[in-house]
Amino acid sequence: MYDVIIIGSGPAGLTAAIYTTRADLKTLVIAGGKWGGQLMLTTLVENFPGFPDGIQGPELMQNMKKQAERFGAEFLDEDFVSADFSLRPFKLTVSDKTFEARSIIIATGADTKWLEVPGEKEKIGRGVSSCAPCDAFFFKNKNVIVVGGGDSAMEEALVLTKFATSVTLVHRKDSFRASDIMQKRVLGNPKIKILFNSEVIEVLGDMSVTGVKIKNNQTNQISEMLIDGVFVAIGHFPNTGKFKDIELDENGFIKVHDHFLTNKEGVFVAGDVHDAHYKQAITAAGYGCSAALEAEKWLESSN
Amino acid sequence: MADLTFTDQNFKDEVLGSETPVLVDFWAEWCAPCRIVSPIIEELANEYGGKLKVGKLDVDSNSQAAQDYGVMSIPSIILFKNGNPIKTMIGAQSKDNYKREIDSILGL
Repeated sequence: MYDVIIIGSGPAGLTAAIYTTRADLKTLVIAGGKWGGQLMLTTLVENFPGFPDGIQGPELMQNMKKQAERFGAEFLDEDFVSADFSLRPFKLTVSDKTFEARSIIIATGADTKWLEVPGEKEKIGRGVSSCAPCDAFFFKNKNVIVVGGGDSAMEEALVLTKFATSVTLVHRKDSFRASDIMQKRVLGNPKIKILFNSEVIEVLGDMSVTGVKIKNNQTNQISEMLIDGVFVAIGHFPNTGKFKDIELDENGFIKVHDHFLTNKEGVFVAGDVHDAHYKQAITAAGYGCSAALEAEKWLESSN
Repeated sequence: MADLTFTDQNFKDEVLGSETPVLVDFWAEWCAPCRIVSPIIEELANEYGGKLKVGKLDVDSNSQAAQDYGVMSIPSIILFKNGNPIKTMIGAQSKDNYKREIDSILGL
């Protein structure tokens, strides 16, 4: 029996684990087959305080994991399957094992949102990607597009310029929502072209990507663009699919009640799985800390 | 059996010519998700012993093999049997997922 089981191992889950273990609560982190969350798919993180020269996303996560392990957090690198929050202690199933916990922190974060257009799904890993730092290497001297208008789209485009001949940013609106500093870097890069008011409506090619069909949403004109890679950075969706009796908001994020509590007493929430607004590593870490402190307080009071 | 190192040079002999099925882990030093997969691959090498040949191929210095099998994203794990690629698994996955595919190829 654990005092706390944390589901998820991004900045929210690992920060929560640092706090619960330091409060001497027996803690299990269900880290998932791919632990570490979204930062594992990034390169240099420049806005996490404490690292004046930036830090590589995966290195930051390694450090957080080490820090949690130092205080005794246990890790399970397997995917969470289901949970029963109707009875206490709560029961969680991971692969074929069942674990019991007095309290739960849900920190399952968010996953890549794909374009959901014809020709995309079957070519993920064959020219369609959501991770430029992982896959840019395979697009040496090739032409690629990046779909999206936020900071991640800017970062993907900049990473790709190191390998690709040309990078075109395709965005459905007429301006980017990315931070000024990232926009400036993109605009100042001669390899990057920008296509506003444009939507990818089909990914072309059989075994690999050979092009895309793009619709201009002002003129409704459809054109074909010959490219070798499509990098998708249009946002994320919260990983809530496996939670049966947890209340969600109208956009599918976990609904937060007073102080990081879900609708189930003893089940807390932290990070991108409830936060549709800030979605930063540092806010997720902050939420993880808050949820851990609330869980600790609740465990004390329910003793 | 510990995990081996495959290269463009030894690919034909070690992988395509192997009598036992082979697992090839396409990876590179700069690939963060590959670092998650590497220890799992080492465990698999130990667990399956002589039943499965397990090895890594660094795509940085061995681009031919990666190109031949359409690898455009790493980590990619490809299972070979009798010289043919039977199953490709793209992206970091859980150990259970890998075991399921290996077991089905080994007929376990």
